[in-house]
Amino acid sequence: MKNGPVIDVHNVHKSFGENHVLRDFSMTLAPGENLAILGKSGSGKSVLIKCIVRLIPFDHGTIEVLGEDVNVLDLDALDVLRARVGFLFQSNALYDSMTVRENLEFSLRRHWNADQRKKGAEAVVLEALTDVGLPHTVNMMPVELSGGMRKRIALARTLILRPSIILYDEPTTGLDPITSREISHLIVNVQQKYNTASVIISHDINCINITSNRVVILIDGTGYANDTYANLRNSNDPRIKDFFD
Amino acid sequence: MAQDRTYTKFLNELGDTTRFTLRFFRELFKRNQELEEFFRQCYWIGYKSLPLVGITALIMGLVLTIQSRPTLVEFGAQSLLPAMVSVSLVREISPVITALICAGKIGSGIGAELGSMRVTEQIDAMDVSGTNPFKYLVVTRVLATTIMLPVLSNLSNAIGLYGAYLGVNIRGTVSWHLYWTQVFNALSFGDVIPSLIKTFFFGFAIGIIGCYKGYHSSKGTEGVGRSANSAVVVASLLVFIIDLIAVQVTDLLGLT
Repeated sequence: MKNGPVIDVHNVHKSFGENHVLRDFSMTLAPGENLAILGKSGSGKSVLIKCIVRLIPFDHGTIEVLGEDVNVLDLDALDVLRARVGFLFQSNALYDSMTVRENLEFSLRRHWNADQRKKGAEAVVLEALTDVGLPHTVNMMPVELSGGMRKRIALARTLILRPSIILYDEPTTGLDPITSREISHLIVNVQQKYNTASVIISHDINCINITSNRVVILIDGTGYANDTYANLRNSNDPRIKDFFD
Repeated sequence: MAQDRTYTKFLNELGDTTRFTLRFFRELFKRNQELEEFFRQCYWIGYKSLPLVGITALIMGLVLTIQSRPTLVEFGAQSLLPAMVSVSLVREISPVITALICAGKIGSGIGAELGSMRVTEQIDAMDVSGTNPFKYLVVTRVLATTIMLPVLSNLSNAIGLYGAYLGVNIRGTVSWHLYWTQVFNALSFGDVIPSLIKTFFFGFAIGIIGCYKGYHSSKGTEGVGRSANSAVVVASLLVFIIDLIAVQVTDLLGLT
């Protein structure tokens, strides 16, 4: 596993009734790599990353994360694995009844004991908030924050457990172009600072251009193309060109 | 054909609710319970419901007394008013009305809260952070409703009896001492204990249905509204069904 992929998705199939969302889809993610998955709305991008952390069960195939087959882990082992995999939700999924501090500390409750939380939580929370440029929001409620700020706080919450992998579900959706660019650069900064590997689900071409080392294009539930952003941009395949025009 | 689908849907729902209930018991006996969240829920479910339950109980005691008086006067039995009202309140009216109020206030609150957490992916976020959302959200709430409903029902009994005292004295004059003597002479443990026991079941039903409906909410904001609504409807219906069973059991045990 040391030099192998941190995520290995092999022949994964997922359908909802008659709707086959993923058809024997395979992909790998190398340590420290930023892999973007590009696809139209409803093409199964979000389903794929939810399968990776077993939020959604898949029909067949295997998914190995950090060398562990997610489908055979019991719930306790899955919780331990999930702590090493950050997940940034499209809706941010901040706990709206908690302050920013409580949102960040909440992730620590399962993995740190009370003594550790008492001694170390404050510093870790402030460091995560500083990483996303929002240390002054620590006592604010999510409802008081703008869309871009919420996205940053959600990223800070993801960072607090120092994950080896971060899965980004549409990180720039619903944001203005300037904020989208800021978030995209933040993703790159996080990857460089913590040497995380990332899967970035998006249909925002600018975000993919800034963040990705490699792009997989998801069409009809399969990995239609797998190359660098520059190569795909110059492709003559009409189905690929559709995404860049 | 459509009827078959309805039956299938009903049976599926029943199976899911049973599995959800069994999971509650499995999680309940695991280590590291969320005590802080449990006490927070007790505060919200118990203390914050007290004004509504209290006002309703006072009015209930008052109205029941005023409505019962003419019939008893007709038979020259108005002196039995405190005894009759106290038995009615403690055995049946107070626990059921308290449960129905809580089904409306607490059941819908839990259904809407968990439902909106589900559709905004907050429950998924807890899952991927390695926190067990079932233990944090469901076990604490169901336990809090199960424990707080008997407390609220007992307080409702007491406040209802004070309301009845006011009702008795609107048209007549019964001294404080005489009123309470008649009330306590009429009541026995056979009235209080079964009534207390059934409120635990009422609380459990309200909590589990509210949590189930919210936890399995879907289809965005429309789904949240539907979860809150069906939590109230199903929990209210269950309160009556449990009451019916409790009456039969009490009768069989000779406690009537």
